Amino acid sequence: MNLFGKKSYFSLDGNEDKKKNDRRKKRNEPSIPDGMWIKCNTCKSIIYKKEVTEYKLCPDCDAHFRMSPEERIAITCDEGSFTELDSNMRPMNPMRYPGYDEVIENAQKKAGIPEAVVTGHAKIDGYEVVLAIMDSHFMMGSMGSVVGEKVTRAVEYATQYRLPIIIFTTSGGARMQEGIMSLMQMAKVSAALARHDEAGLLYVTVLTDPTTGGVTASFAMLGDIILAEPKALIGFAGQRVIQGTIHQKLPEGFQRAEFQLEHGFADRIVHRTKIREELATILKLHSS
Amino acid sequence: MSDTMRKVAIARKIARPNTKEFIEDIFDDFLEFHGDRLYADDGAVTGGIASFEGIPVTVVGIQKGHDLDENVQCNFGQPGPEGYRKALRLMKQAEKFKRPVITFINTAGAYPGIGAEERGQGEAIARNLKEMSNLKTPIISIFTGEGGSGGALALAVADTVWMLENGLFSVLSPEGFASILWRDSSRVEEAATLMKMTAKDLMKDKVVDKIFYEAKEGIENNLQYTTDQIKTALRETLPELRGLSTEGLLGRRYKRFRQYGEFTE
Repeated sequence: MNLFGKKSYFSLDGNEDKKKNDRRKKRNEPSIPDGMWIKCNTCKSIIYKKEVTEYKLCPDCDAHFRMSPEERIAITCDEGSFTELDSNMRPMNPMRYPGYDEVIENAQKKAGIPEAVVTGHAKIDGYEVVLAIMDSHFMMGSMGSVVGEKVTRAVEYATQYRLPIIIFTTSGGARMQEGIMSLMQMAKVSAALARHDEAGLLYVTVLTDPTTGGVTASFAMLGDIILAEPKALIGFAGQRVIQGTIHQKLPEGFQRAEFQLEHGFADRIVHRTKIREELATILKLHSS
Repeated sequence: MSDTMRKVAIARKIARPNTKEFIEDIFDDFLEFHGDRLYADDGAVTGGIASFEGIPVTVVGIQKGHDLDENVQCNFGQPGPEGYRKALRLMKQAEKFKRPVITFINTAGAYPGIGAEERGQGEAIARNLKEMSNLKTPIISIFTGEGGSGGALALAVADTVWMLENGLFSVLSPEGFASILWRDSSRVEEAATLMKMTAKDLMKDKVVDKIFYEAKEGIENNLQYTTDQIKTALRETLPELRGLSTEGLLGRRYKRFRQYGEFTE
C-alpha cells in the first residue's frame, strides 16, 4: 500500500506563489487542504481541521468532501482486508498527445496514486467483495485505458470467483488525451459487466461527487443497486455544454443526487457514515 | 486545409445522404417503426424492419435532415434517451426473431439538454452498450458521417464496424477538444489531425474493419457508388456472422471490445 504514501491535499500554510496558484485553481473543488484550517467550498465556513473526521464531512453544513481511495477503503472495508489488484498498471500515450507524460506525472504527484482508479478485493462485515474506487484528484477521475482495463479486470475477477462487485464512481468522463481509446473503454467495461450480470452476480454502484460523462454513460448507471452520496453531481452532459446549447438557466439542484433519485435513476441516497452499514446489509441479503 | 478538416467539413455537409436514404438504397420492404414504448418517439433515431436480398433484417440509425424543417423533426441528429431506448427496443425485437441488426451512425453526439438529463441520457447510453455487447444476433455498424462520442458508440457495439471514406468517430468534436484541452478554439485543425478520427486512422487502431469509398463527384450526387460497396460487403458478411453459433458470435464480439487500450504493467 505504499502507493498511498503521498497526501493528496495541498497545504494552506505555504507561502510560495505556486501554492497560491494551486489554491486558486482548486478554490471550487471541495477537497480538504492539509493545513490547520480549511475552508468548506459549500458553506464557505473556515473549519478547524481536527474537527473533520475520517468521513471527510463539513462539521458545519455536512457537505461530503471528495475522498481518496485510501480514505474510502478505511471507512468501508474490514480493517486490513483490502488487497490491491493490478497495482503496477501504468498509462501510455495512445494518441501521442504532446506533453501527456508530464500531465500524468503531475497527476501522480498530486493524487499520490499511479492512475485514477484503485481496484482490489476486500471484506465488508465479513462478506467478500471486489472493489473499484475512482479518485477525482487524479485528472478529475477521467477514464483512459488504465481505468477501463483495471475496472474490466476487476469485473472479470468478480465473475471468475463469483463475487459481488462494488464500484465507487467519481469522474469527469472520458480521458480526452487518449482519444478514441478512452471512448472504447465504455464499451469494454459494459461488456464485462454484462457477463457478470448474466452469471447472476451482484453489482452495486456508489455514485460520488462528481460522476459525469462517459462513466455515467457506462458502468455508473449499470448497477443492480445504485446508491448515491448526498448532493453529489451526477449527470451525462456537462452543465456548461447544456447551457451553451439551450441558452437558459439550469434549474436549482439540477443533476444532483436528489435530482437523480427524484427522476428514478438512483435507488437510495446514503449519508457517508451509513454506507458501510448499508453495503453490509445489501451483501447479507445477497449471500446464500 | 488539412485532410482531416476537409473530411470533417464533408461529414457535416447538410446535403450528405442521411440514414433513411441509405436504408432505401440498400434494403427492400422497409417498414419504419416508432417509439420507445416508454415515453416518446425520438425523430433523431429511425428504424424498423426490412429485407436484404431476401433476408429479414432490423435496421436502426441516427437520422439527420437536409433543411431546417427536417432538422427540427430529427433534432439535428442528436438523440435523446428516447432515441437510444427506441434503438434498443428494435434490437431486442431483432434478437427475438433472430434477425441481424444493421445500424447507421451519423451524429454530432447525444443531445445535451435538461429533458435528456431528467430522463436519463447516461442510463440510456449505458444500457445500450451493455445490452448490445450481449445481443444474441449479429450486429453490423456503419458510420456514414459524424461519429460523436458516447452518443455514437451507443449504436456501435457491433461484430464488425464499417465506415465511409469521409466518416468520423471521436471522443469529442475537434472544436471541443481544442477549447477544453488548449482553451484555444483556433487550434481546431491541429486538434482534428491529432485526434486520429478518420476512417484510415481508425482502421489502424482496429476500431474500424472496412472502409467504403465515395464517388469523386460527391456522395450526395452518387450514393449508389457507395451503397453498391456496402451491399457487396453485406452479401459476404451476413452469411458468415449468421453461420456462427451464439456462443461463438458473442465470444468474438467480447474479444473485439476487450482488446482496446494501451498500458504497461
